[in-house]
Amino acid sequence: MTAMSERLLSVQDLHTSFFTDAGEVQAVNGVSFDLDPGEILGIVGESGSGKSVTAYSIMQILADTGRITGGRVLFKGQDLSRWSEKQMLNFRGKSCSIIFQDPMTSLNPVFTIGAQLREAVVLHTERRGREADERVKELLELVGINEPEKRMKQYPFEHSGGMRQRVMIAMALACEPDILIADEPTTALDVTIQAQILELIQSLQKKMGMAVILVTHDLGVIADMCDNIIVMYGGRICERGNAREIFYNPKHEYTKGLLRSIPMVSNMKKKLVPISGTPINMLNLPQGCAFCPRCDAAMKICLTQKPEELVINQDHRAACWMNVKNAYEEATGA
Amino acid sequence: MTKYIIKRILLAVLTVFVICAITFFLMHAVPGGPFNREKALSEATIAALNARYNLDKPEGQQFILYLKNLLHGDFGVSLKNGREIKAIIGESFPISAKLGIFAMIVALFLGTVFGSTAALMRNKLPDRIIVFLSTLFTAVPSFILATLLLLVFCIQLKLIPVWDANSHSYLLPVIALSAYPMAYITRLSKTSMLDALSQDYIRTARAKGVSKFKMIFKHALRNSLIPVITYAGPQIAYIITGSMVIETIFTIGGLGSKFVSAITNRDYTMIMATTIFLASLMVIANLICDLLYKLVDPRIKYD
Amino acid sequence: MNLNDIPEKNPLSMQLDLSKFSGEQFSLATEEEKQQQDVMSESTTFFKDGMRKLFKNPLAVMSIILLAVILATIIFAPLVVPYRYEEILSVEGKRDKGAKNLAPFTYSELEQRYIEKGGERFPHIFGTDEQCRDYFIRVVYGTRISLFIGFFASIIVLIIGMLYGSISGYMGGRVDLIMMRIVDIIYSLPDMLMIILLSVVLQEVLQFKSGTLLAKLGTNMVSLFIVFGLLYWVGMARLIRGQILSIKENEYILAARSIGAKPGRIIRKHILPNCLSVIIISTALQIPSAIFTESFLSFVGIGVKAPMPSLGSLANSAREGLQSYPYKLVFPAIVICLIVLSLNLLGDGLRDAFDPKLKR
Repeated sequence: MTAMSERLLSVQDLHTSFFTDAGEVQAVNGVSFDLDPGEILGIVGESGSGKSVTAYSIMQILADTGRITGGRVLFKGQDLSRWSEKQMLNFRGKSCSIIFQDPMTSLNPVFTIGAQLREAVVLHTERRGREADERVKELLELVGINEPEKRMKQYPFEHSGGMRQRVMIAMALACEPDILIADEPTTALDVTIQAQILELIQSLQKKMGMAVILVTHDLGVIADMCDNIIVMYGGRICERGNAREIFYNPKHEYTKGLLRSIPMVSNMKKKLVPISGTPINMLNLPQGCAFCPRCDAAMKICLTQKPEELVINQDHRAACWMNVKNAYEEATGA
Repeated sequence: MTKYIIKRILLAVLTVFVICAITFFLMHAVPGGPFNREKALSEATIAALNARYNLDKPEGQQFILYLKNLLHGDFGVSLKNGREIKAIIGESFPISAKLGIFAMIVALFLGTVFGSTAALMRNKLPDRIIVFLSTLFTAVPSFILATLLLLVFCIQLKLIPVWDANSHSYLLPVIALSAYPMAYITRLSKTSMLDALSQDYIRTARAKGVSKFKMIFKHALRNSLIPVITYAGPQIAYIITGSMVIETIFTIGGLGSKFVSAITNRDYTMIMATTIFLASLMVIANLICDLLYKLVDPRIKYD
Repeated sequence: MNLNDIPEKNPLSMQLDLSKFSGEQFSLATEEEKQQQDVMSESTTFFKDGMRKLFKNPLAVMSIILLAVILATIIFAPLVVPYRYEEILSVEGKRDKGAKNLAPFTYSELEQRYIEKGGERFPHIFGTDEQCRDYFIRVVYGTRISLFIGFFASIIVLIIGMLYGSISGYMGGRVDLIMMRIVDIIYSLPDMLMIILLSVVLQEVLQFKSGTLLAKLGTNMVSLFIVFGLLYWVGMARLIRGQILSIKENEYILAARSIGAKPGRIIRKHILPNCLSVIIISTALQIPSAIFTESFLSFVGIGVKAPMPSLGSLANSAREGLQSYPYKLVFPAIVICLIVLSLNLLGDGLRDAFDPKLKR
């Protein structure tokens, strides 16, 4: 398929594990997806679903105990997982950047904001000295921080969470990357600031045209922004499709559960329906569908066989036995 | 910022004052006064001493006069040999200072290097060796180590000459004096380096494309030094008291060994003066460390 | 994300062979069946989890064993060894002058003659010292004293530090501020110099009733305890206060207060357990510090009063005549090192196992 080599990013059957004292934690178990230039992809899932680890695997910034144990990550046709550290250094921050969840701890406390931004600029561009400082000022203005000259000389602890996250975004965009990964960018922020940051990311994407992978557990965050959505649970993809399909026509029990548990202002009278049970223990993955123990509609087949990802329609795929059951009943006229 | 400095300086001055007071009043709590111990002194000499040290005046006034004298550099006279204490300190302190500074530099530098190395090569052979040695050396009292070093290298192997007027070998004394602080700083900097490396901002640096080398030496190191500097103050105190031991064992004529003999001989004026001198040194050292700490970690609150 | 190789209509029947399935597979799974799938990790209490981690640590286990062995020795040795620590050896009632500085496991001439005559003489496991006393029992007593000093000093530090720190932390505000200023000043006082000063003075001033433990220990040890009580507790106080401050802000305290729990109860049930690990670790590391202080004082000549031995004073007096009788230094030195090493390793192990802040 000619489409392959044009894909900006192509993750193919990725497996990532952490080798800890307690055993092997299989955080990502066969994840595949593609990303086009300028596409905004949302990855949704609970803590422990493997969504952040997927992002870290792409950038190869896993902790020491983590390793990609299978699959490939193709960036513009080249397999990242085979690259040397030197090549990766050129990739990180330049072709692909990431902003993290907690802006309070993600910036180095002993360096000024200006110094940290300057480092990003100097690492990957030819600018030095005053040119670099000019660029830093530009970046700060780009993310909506006024009085950039003053801010540059200040330390992270002198700024609020929202401000720090803006600095993080500035740092990530310093070299105009092809891909921006945002790992739970608003989880640690106040609700009002959350909206501001999301708007900022959206407007920057329109302005600069990079692809964005937005990782979050909050469906509300995904709703407005994303072109396509991937739902993950237990290190695997449950369902994927464009935003409309996922929200209005969910075909996986987990997705349906997530949607049911969102408090909706329009439906104040209805009781909140949370998903029962606790998140999965990644040390001991069950034999069948990972979501089975918590699924209200679980069937016998779910206990023992992992569902395959099947096509629902052109923009929608899901891996849930419920869909097979429906097709079966339709076929046998039950 | 300046407010902070002034506050700290005031606190230091207050501390030195408290030390002087405690020292003075304790010494004068010895029954019969500090001068009547020395049986060899004649009545006339005692009278002269009493006059000089204003012993006929009330204690409070004595104290103020003593302080005044101190500020003028008059530390009094040694009971043992009648010399001006100022002169004794003047000739013996430089030796101790040299020893102490060498030991401090060695301890800080090597300690940080070993500790960081152990952190970077965690669970590999260098780490295990460093951990073993540093744990061992925190368990050996300095006088035992010094004695063993002296015995083996000076006396039995005759590799290094014993200290006297002509040959000043600082090698063994510095090793003996710096062993414990170095071991302590090694363990401390390993922990703090490991802690720094596990922080989120390191992950950010990595994501930016910073090389591993820079990540460690630029981003992590500065943060890991902060706890080490915090403990530099107490380490200086250790070196000052440790020098008493080391100088005595290696027969180095520094202030520390003079202090030890003053204690053994109940040379009260010498004890008093040296205590105040050494204590003031410690307070100043702590003050400098506190200010240095502020320089390295901008987060410290100003009060 | 285009999937343009699958036609739109009835996609699933094209992707799967539905004949492979049976209706039975699509019936609902029961709760029990689902539970079996769900393997959750064991939940344990903080204490149990910590103990488990501690016992997995080989160094910590070794230290515990070593300390237990040392404790057992110093408790039972005096029952087995017939000599007393201050006893100058005598054979058949006569002072044995030839029993000076005997090497381990050797006998003096008088003793040898006695044995040849058919008498029994317990071996001098560590030899004898320059005052013709059995060295083994002296080392045993020295260990007892050193451990006693270390332990007692730690208790003083613990009690005063805890009281001061809890009051300061819990009261907060002005009281806390003043109390911490005092701590700052005390913290900058040079401890060793103060001990020395105090010892020198107390020697002249204090006279104890002879025969009491305090008299046997001597005024120097009393000054050590006094200074520990006056100065060393500040570290502990700061730690406790820090714990209390961070817990005070904690929400469950707020919850407890909102249901009407009294301050005393709050302190007992919520704050203390959290501080416990910090307390234990700090105490374990305080004992070696006290032992070092005591040996330093012995070195300077103001240690435990003779004939009472302490590890520090034994090592110190062994410095004379070191070349001829190295064992006199070696034995107490090794015991000091073993005790301090085990306590340090144990303290480290406890910290690794129980300190919740430690990231793995």
